[in-house]
Amino acid sequence: MAMIEERPIGFGRLKRKEDPRFIRGQGTYVDDVTLPGMLHGAVLRSPLAHARIVSIDASAALAHPKVRGVITGKDLEAQKLAWMPTMSYDTQAVLATDKVRFQGQEVAFVIADDRYAARDALELIDVEYEPLPAVVNARKALDADAPVIRDDKDGQTDNHIFDWEAGDKAETDAVFARADVVVSRDIIYPRCHPAPLETCGAVADYDRVSGHLTLWTTSQAPHAHRTVYALVAGLPEHKIRVISPDIGGGFGNKVPIYPGYVCAIVASIVTGKPVKWMEDRSENLTSTGFARDYVMHGGIAATRDGKILAVRTDVIADHGAFNATAQPTKYPAGFFSIFTGSYDLEAAYCAVHGVYTNKAPGGVAYRCSFRVTEAAYLIERMVDALALELGTDPAELRLKNFIRPEQFPYENKTGWTYDSGDYETAMRKAMEIAGYDELRREQAEKRAKGELMGIGLSFFTETVGAGPRKHMDILGLGMADGADLRVHPTGKAVLGISVQTQGQGHETTFAQIVAEELGIPPEDIEVVHGDTDRTPFGLGTYGSRSTPVSGAAAAVVARKVRDQARLIAAGMLEASPDDLEWEKGRFSVKGDPEQGKTIQEIAMAAHGAADLPEGIEGALEAQTVYNPPNLTFPFGAYICVVDIDPGTAQVKVRRFIAVDDCGVRINPMIVEGQIHGGLAEGVGIALMELIAFDEQGNCLGGSFMDYLIPTALEVPEWELGETVTPSPHHPIGAKGVGESPNVGSPPAIVNAVIDALYEPYGVSHIDMPMTPARVWAAMQGRPEPPQ
Amino acid sequence: MQVTLTVNGDEVTSEIEPRLLLVHFLRDTLGLTGTHWGCDTSNCGACVVLMDGEPVKSCTVLTAMAGGHEVRTIESVERGDVLDPVQQGFVEEHGLQCGFCTPGMIMTARALLDRRAGGEPLTDAEIREAISGQICRCTGYTNIVKAIRWAADQEAAPAGGR
Repeated sequence: MAMIEERPIGFGRLKRKEDPRFIRGQGTYVDDVTLPGMLHGAVLRSPLAHARIVSIDASAALAHPKVRGVITGKDLEAQKLAWMPTMSYDTQAVLATDKVRFQGQEVAFVIADDRYAARDALELIDVEYEPLPAVVNARKALDADAPVIRDDKDGQTDNHIFDWEAGDKAETDAVFARADVVVSRDIIYPRCHPAPLETCGAVADYDRVSGHLTLWTTSQAPHAHRTVYALVAGLPEHKIRVISPDIGGGFGNKVPIYPGYVCAIVASIVTGKPVKWMEDRSENLTSTGFARDYVMHGGIAATRDGKILAVRTDVIADHGAFNATAQPTKYPAGFFSIFTGSYDLEAAYCAVHGVYTNKAPGGVAYRCSFRVTEAAYLIERMVDALALELGTDPAELRLKNFIRPEQFPYENKTGWTYDSGDYETAMRKAMEIAGYDELRREQAEKRAKGELMGIGLSFFTETVGAGPRKHMDILGLGMADGADLRVHPTGKAVLGISVQTQGQGHETTFAQIVAEELGIPPEDIEVVHGDTDRTPFGLGTYGSRSTPVSGAAAAVVARKVRDQARLIAAGMLEASPDDLEWEKGRFSVKGDPEQGKTIQEIAMAAHGAADLPEGIEGALEAQTVYNPPNLTFPFGAYICVVDIDPGTAQVKVRRFIAVDDCGVRINPMIVEGQIHGGLAEGVGIALMELIAFDEQGNCLGGSFMDYLIPTALEVPEWELGETVTPSPHHPIGAKGVGESPNVGSPPAIVNAVIDALYEPYGVSHIDMPMTPARVWAAMQGRPEPPQ
Repeated sequence: MQVTLTVNGDEVTSEIEPRLLLVHFLRDTLGLTGTHWGCDTSNCGACVVLMDGEPVKSCTVLTAMAGGHEVRTIESVERGDVLDPVQQGFVEEHGLQCGFCTPGMIMTARALLDRRAGGEPLTDAEIREAISGQICRCTGYTNIVKAIRWAADQEAAPAGGR
């Protein structure tokens, strides 16, 4: 069969440069790294959620013939390494010294000849615990009689972490007081987990002679990690090399620094050998960065004819035993204040109260820009709740209240300036693809027959691509990203970027950005990423930052190179630089297009023997740091169709329509792939995924038998559409898309289930995940008590 | 104990611990790191290899149990310089992102297509059923289904075949 190869020079559906190694099984993930003499580490974890450590006896483990050492908190304490900073200026125990504060907490680290022996030795360590009562329910964390979890912190007398607010409380309350209609809901966004298919791990290799540390690790932010290791361990930063090789999915889980990484480093320093630590799946689910866990009380105020006036909410945020959430310093609740959504409101107010509990520390943004997911879920559930109250079609209610295109840039009531949007067009496009009116007719027919069909909508606005650096930092590191670009004499190029791929295809799309700007074919551009020795500094891949920040850096650095190329071409053509015009890949003299030089000819000249124009030192290369002037605001309209089995309460997602507007699309194939993946995660969160605990703080979601992830049988074939509203401030008009589907899909699915059940059963809310048991209970009029 | 098995066409004899899992034998002993490991409970399927042509989860197969059997891993799928149609399908339809589940998915798909006697049509439902023991966190499955369908069509086409 003849294949027509589509090879755009620039934007377009380019096949991925990453694929050839992955389809052959030739990727290099952290666990694929094997070094000569390498030892293996394993972490002993607490079986209890809250307990005082009385004693640790590792003598039997040390007697094991294959064990090279056991590290405990006491050993680390002597080196001042027992505690490390979290990404939120809290502290977290590397290995517990005084108490354990969640089930699965790190207590000791075994170093052995192989991974089996390391695991065997864990069983030989005898730890005596004195159990303490556990705080599991975030709503009870601030009760006067609640045990204090963080008694390690000076002055900490309760489980309170922070209070944070946004918007105008008095004004919002006033609008609520005079509104015709006010609807309230208690809504939980439950604890879930990014659960990338590759767990977290590291290989640490410390060279005692040179003092160099090389760390292969599952990190979404290698540069930030390097700086933290320098600050924590006192290692000189120029002698630390952090390598994120191929990463088997991240979704926010691989942003934090975990105790296992630190232990592997310490173990390598102590033994003088490379040490590998790879957690198992249970360790990943029970101890690493969870997501969400927001207990929200929401209110929405409107006129009788459906004009939404204001929203407000009060939130208890469960951050677990250590505040290890990863978000910009000034934003302890992330970007949750974008909870005003896509609507033109008169007032808004939110308050978020962070608390400690005896649960795993976090939370991270599971494919989400710092709590935007919780925000979008709240507003989109509240709008549907209002639609039920008013007896209005939820699509009509949204269309009536959208921010209009001419209102952009739009300043919302909590201080965000939305860059651009055309919400109605996206909403109508989704309704057209879905056949919305026909679906409503089908629903009415089915309802008459006793069948349960639901149609759910959501419309989200995201805020992604943090900085700007003056407002946003993580541990004092401003949120900006660097890029450097070198064009070799033969016109082939190497682009170094500070973000890295966990599957998003940076090696392809970043080559396309440079190709678009310089006309060099993407296959002639090597993208280097994930290695701090070979790439410029930057904050990393999360919060949909890559395209909005690093992608902008790539475009800017390519334009710098193009500006140099113009000067060189002018010299070659004996023309004024202003008399040249650029078509992709070539400068030519205005009015005489035959007279021109390609970028490849210019690159050779730049490295050649001839005189170069003033201001050009030779070579064709540049570097830049991109500090975004604002975030970008992708948006989208999602419609979900569900069928519910009246006999089993099983929810089946029959159709899912997603119209995304992420501005300019660099590679539509990759954009669509990103959306597909995020939608599947959304189905998982809405229907299956839950990290639950019993009253003693035992984690009930510690394996893939308990923490359920959708397979190919639980998700439909996705139906996508697009609109394109470029970001006015981004160099190529792109906005970022990776997280949109995870942000936008859960409310559409919940709204669809409620849409199916409200009329026949009067069910107006079910918390996620909407398992058959929960849906069944709601249908029987006895909703499960929320966790 | 000593075990002898065939891996990718080559007979291998090795001294092993009786408890050694096949996934670790392949990865750590033979250095075939294309087979991945993602869970402890045979839920995720990142470790799928073929044993006598049938997909098995190598994290729940003891190496000793594979003794005398033929094991095939992702490293054997490409023939010479020619990609298997399943591999090609994953590229054509963007059926992979991070690449971690990909080898397991490809092995399962290869077995599915090999089982079809005479190239009878394959429905999307059958493809979804075949990969339902495996998790992909990135693609949302639609493009994996398309990738396997691409390979099936390629192999069914008169001028196709492998």
